[in-house]
Amino acid sequence: MTTHATTNLSLPVSKRDHIRGPATALVTLVEYGDYECSYCGAAHLVVEDLQRALGDRLRFVFRNFPLAEIHPHAQVAAEAAEAAGAYGKFWEMHDTLYTHQEALDDAHLTSYAVALGFDPTSLRHDLDAHSYVARVREDFLSGVRSGVNGTPTFFIEGIRYDGTPDFDSLLAILTNEAEEKSR
Amino acid sequence: MMSTIDTPHALPPSEALAAGKPAPDFRLPSTPDKFATLSEFRGHPVILAFYPADWSPVCSDQMALYNEVLPEFERFQASLLGISVDGVWSHQAFAKNRKLHFPLLADFEPKGAVARAYNVYRAHEGMSERSLFVINSEGIIRWSYVSPIGINPGANGILTALESLPQQKVPNS
Repeated sequence: MTTHATTNLSLPVSKRDHIRGPATALVTLVEYGDYECSYCGAAHLVVEDLQRALGDRLRFVFRNFPLAEIHPHAQVAAEAAEAAGAYGKFWEMHDTLYTHQEALDDAHLTSYAVALGFDPTSLRHDLDAHSYVARVREDFLSGVRSGVNGTPTFFIEGIRYDGTPDFDSLLAILTNEAEEKSR
Repeated sequence: MMSTIDTPHALPPSEALAAGKPAPDFRLPSTPDKFATLSEFRGHPVILAFYPADWSPVCSDQMALYNEVLPEFERFQASLLGISVDGVWSHQAFAKNRKLHFPLLADFEPKGAVARAYNVYRAHEGMSERSLFVINSEGIIRWSYVSPIGINPGANGILTALESLPQQKVPNS
């Protein structure tokens, strides 16, 4: 009866996801993250470097995993990124949030909408109406069922990565995966 | 990911009480002036989450995660009880600091007695294993799991175990 926690991605990557990089990429890296988590802020820089290093060989998928009780702005920030997604600005908002992790209150979120060129009134409406709560929760629960136990948690080709999330370690394993795929 | 309480001579995990065994009853303080008794939860599933210590980073991540997953446990009408050998005042400060919405029980005096009854006490370190039990509405253990002490076991195993329990009957239907 005693079983180990599942460490495979329970919800496959699909068109529901926010994806950076080509569909033809050799390797897929999925992150479950929280916009207010400092470890995720560090991981954001690592992912940017990985994308620069691997180019079209890598596609990156981000899913929300807000720990809202210990990070009071994590939930609203996740909803704001999803709302920006409706304007085709998910990744722009995602990058903005991770480079301003200390400024995730409502006033700042509104100012980011203005800076990114979409209607802040509409963002305000989406946040007040909690239009994206269900979507964020769906991400969160897919993570729980995949064995996500904290943030950030990465999955490489659908398998949970339990090593150190630094650039060198991730680059080595991703490069290796890409080489195996291209054989 | 983080391992702060692993010792160089950490022993292999204990053999926790297994599925099919009756869950030993207990009465432990949940606050400085209240007690929780396991048998009082009869009729609904109970999740026992033994953890080594308040405040250590892995435990905090684990309890913070369970805090967010609580609505899923509630869909099964299951109650979650955290248990460690810390005293009620430490539990109170820890729960307040992390805004936990479930009780932490103090297995403090006699120290670790409940952890011993479930066979998840690390006598050489004086704290419990990081271990999980899902107990059905009749008080029988249906699933148990001992995690490596420095690793947060997540919540998937608990949810899978809850799903495998017979669905609760809805009263008056």
